[in-house]
Amino acid sequence: MGSGRLYTAVAAGGFRRYATYRVATAAGVFTNTAFGIILVYTYLALWDEKPHLGGYDQAQAVTYVWLGQCLYATLAIQGGGFEKDLMARIRTGEIAVDLYRPADLQLWWLASDVGRSLFQLLGRGVIPFVFGAVFFPMALPRDVTTWAAFALALLLAMVVSFGIRYLAALSAFWLMDGMGVTQAVMITGVFFSGIVLPLNAFPGALGEVVRVLPWAGQVQMPADVLMGETDPLGAFAFQAVWAVALLAAGRLLQSAATRRVVVQGG
Amino acid sequence: MGERGTVLEGLRAFRLIAGMWVRSSMTYRTSFVVTMAGNLLMTAMDFVGILLMFAQVDSLGGWSLPEIAFLYGLSVTSFGAADLLLGSMDVLGSRIRDGSFDILLLRPVPVLAQIGADHFALRRLGRITQGALVLGWAMWSVDVDWSVGKLLLVPLMLVSGAAIFSALFVAGAAFQIFAQDAAEVQNAFTYGGTTLLQYPPTVFGKDFVRGVTFVLPLAFVNWVPACYVLGRAYPLDLPGWAAFAPPLVALVCCAAAGLVWRAGLGSYRSTGS
Amino acid sequence: MSVTERPLIELDGVEKVFDVRRKTGFLKRERRQVRAVDSLSFTVARGEMVGYIGPNGAGKSTTIKMLTGILTPSAGRLRVAGIDPSRERTRLAHRIGVVFGQRTTLWWDLPLIDSYRLMHRMYRIPDARYRENLDRCVELLELGDLLAAPVRQLSLGQRMRGDIAAALLHDPEVLYLDEPTIGLDVISKAKVRGFLKELNAELGTTVLLTTHDLQDIEQLCSRVMVIDHGRLMYDGALAGLHEVGESERILVVDLERELPPVEAPPARVVKVEGPRQWLAFPAGESAAALVARIAAEYPLVDLSVREPDIEDVIARMYAGAVPGRTEKAVS
Repeated sequence: MGSGRLYTAVAAGGFRRYATYRVATAAGVFTNTAFGIILVYTYLALWDEKPHLGGYDQAQAVTYVWLGQCLYATLAIQGGGFEKDLMARIRTGEIAVDLYRPADLQLWWLASDVGRSLFQLLGRGVIPFVFGAVFFPMALPRDVTTWAAFALALLLAMVVSFGIRYLAALSAFWLMDGMGVTQAVMITGVFFSGIVLPLNAFPGALGEVVRVLPWAGQVQMPADVLMGETDPLGAFAFQAVWAVALLAAGRLLQSAATRRVVVQGG
Repeated sequence: MGERGTVLEGLRAFRLIAGMWVRSSMTYRTSFVVTMAGNLLMTAMDFVGILLMFAQVDSLGGWSLPEIAFLYGLSVTSFGAADLLLGSMDVLGSRIRDGSFDILLLRPVPVLAQIGADHFALRRLGRITQGALVLGWAMWSVDVDWSVGKLLLVPLMLVSGAAIFSALFVAGAAFQIFAQDAAEVQNAFTYGGTTLLQYPPTVFGKDFVRGVTFVLPLAFVNWVPACYVLGRAYPLDLPGWAAFAPPLVALVCCAAAGLVWRAGLGSYRSTGS
Repeated sequence: MSVTERPLIELDGVEKVFDVRRKTGFLKRERRQVRAVDSLSFTVARGEMVGYIGPNGAGKSTTIKMLTGILTPSAGRLRVAGIDPSRERTRLAHRIGVVFGQRTTLWWDLPLIDSYRLMHRMYRIPDARYRENLDRCVELLELGDLLAAPVRQLSLGQRMRGDIAAALLHDPEVLYLDEPTIGLDVISKAKVRGFLKELNAELGTTVLLTTHDLQDIEQLCSRVMVIDHGRLMYDGALAGLHEVGESERILVVDLERELPPVEAPPARVVKVEGPRQWLAFPAGESAAALVARIAAEYPLVDLSVREPDIEDVIARMYAGAVPGRTEKAVS
């Protein structure tokens, strides 16, 4: 119970920290809305040319675009969440202090990043989504159960997103310069999450592959759950398996890194 | 010192400061190579998206892949040039916040040149490189009878486009003086601008096209002159000479951006924030 | 210095008013005008070394920013070397040098010398002058071994010396220093002060420095100006400031055992903690005499004297602020 309260407090801290940047948040809302408009037009042209591409109709394609903009910052698709702080702490050696804290390193950062995600969702994600729903035809469910399932899928997406970036951040123990890793997070995130194009609409074998990678759990799964395009239980299972696998890999890498710190004397 | 002298002085200062940043980045040589490759890959993602779309369809908004690649190449190369020259102007907000902007005001050279050269990074050549490659492929594979006039229009578009995007960067920087945390707003116009110009005007709603033609004249970066080169109908039934207007539009944009910048700097010096 | 020569720095009724918007509710904002600098008038003659002090937010940096042309005054007349800073900022830049203690202008990843080469070209310093100035700075600031080192490897003190040199390569007539010794160790502080003294004595460079360290002022400045709430509260010698501020020094004594408060007028005990006692006494009073008296009557084990810092002096000055006193000093 006590540790539950600790991580709730950490998450609340992550939420509040981002909540202080009001102007930046407003600027982000503006930018996501602008990109949403541009993408919607191109998707409409694409679906005009090929109706039912990826099993979506036009309204679903539009919904996908706005959901993508809504989740862009929420899931830190191109990076820029907790991992920047963690990498900085590893590089400066402050991580040694963190390792002696009574809290679990991975859970601590997970809580903090979930707090950030929740703020980005509410502060930055909701407005572009509502804007899209008001000005473009969207395919939104009317029953509470689907929305609840969507919420759960979103929460799992946050954990998957964290798991990927946690692995990337820990690389700082071995790599002096984080620029390359940061870029890799960005490129893979944008491409494999289906921000460029819904993963459903990826052609042939490439499509087969990207749809089973962990990034598929970030935007594609929640979108399909929201629009009733997939069995929610299957989506949860997919996300949960990846979440567990990524977190476990993070643990392994973390203990290897910790040994390294201990051997080097911090 | 007249306007001309100020411009020359500014260019000289730009070169000096940009040179320092290049030397700084060269102290981490491997990192430089990695990030340049990363920049190329990252910025090529939009084109990969277009290719993925064309794996499913033969045309988009009535335009073929080579035609859209032509738009893409023009948009990305001209934006890339502006990005290389002035792409770090979004650090201005944080420079104001941490007070280091004041140091630029103590130097005997134009502030705009200093902030333009700030964090100058050759890795940004990645974007230009892939944009130029796509442009080259598009020009080779597009179904056009290349006259001398049409050929000359290409570099003219690139230079004018780079100038129009540069004006956007400068105006965005001036905006940050008023709202230091709002650096991202300028991304909507710069990155958003280059993204939307990668698709044909037929894809977008009429009011939207009007907006990016008459309010924010991005259409002159590539849409209008490219329509002339490709022998397509102009958006919004613009007159025939509109294809040759980009240099003029660029000039007006730069002048407007200069005024906005001056106003922003003046405001900073009277309010200190 | 001839009597008829124009002062290097002239301020006449200079004001700076900021519009401050304050949040008063979720979306409500209140606009308020803040007078950061209020009818400020003073002159600094060529070759003077002046300390410019005051609490945080008193208007010190606003003044410096107006003197350097970063900010335009809201009202009043301001001249530096005959130039109106706000109108001819870039022309003025060639005549002034500025060092911000907490903000380096040096290039982090590059060897120190590269930063100087940039100054050389940016300020278009004639080659011979540049060589000469660089050599002098290198010698006096002991930068010889550091020139080839990337700035990120320099210590705080080394970096500060590097920054001071960077500000002097173009032969400025006036040097503004904002907290030049902040965060430095004792040896670095001494080096910086020694250099500034020499610079002032040999080249006659005018120096205006803001600081929180009273020793900077004691060792460098014959004149000190105190600003608070945007107004000039005192302008005169440092000794006079002590007098005006009725400042006190603190004598900390460690006695053999816990004892009732020591009686040694005019000192008075301000704090007791076990065998340790704190005694405040007027800054003008001799500490030696006081110590001798206490040692004669009490079992003294150890002692130390704490100098008043600027905040103390200024705080006291206000506590006993008499309008006539500042006038006396300003005249």
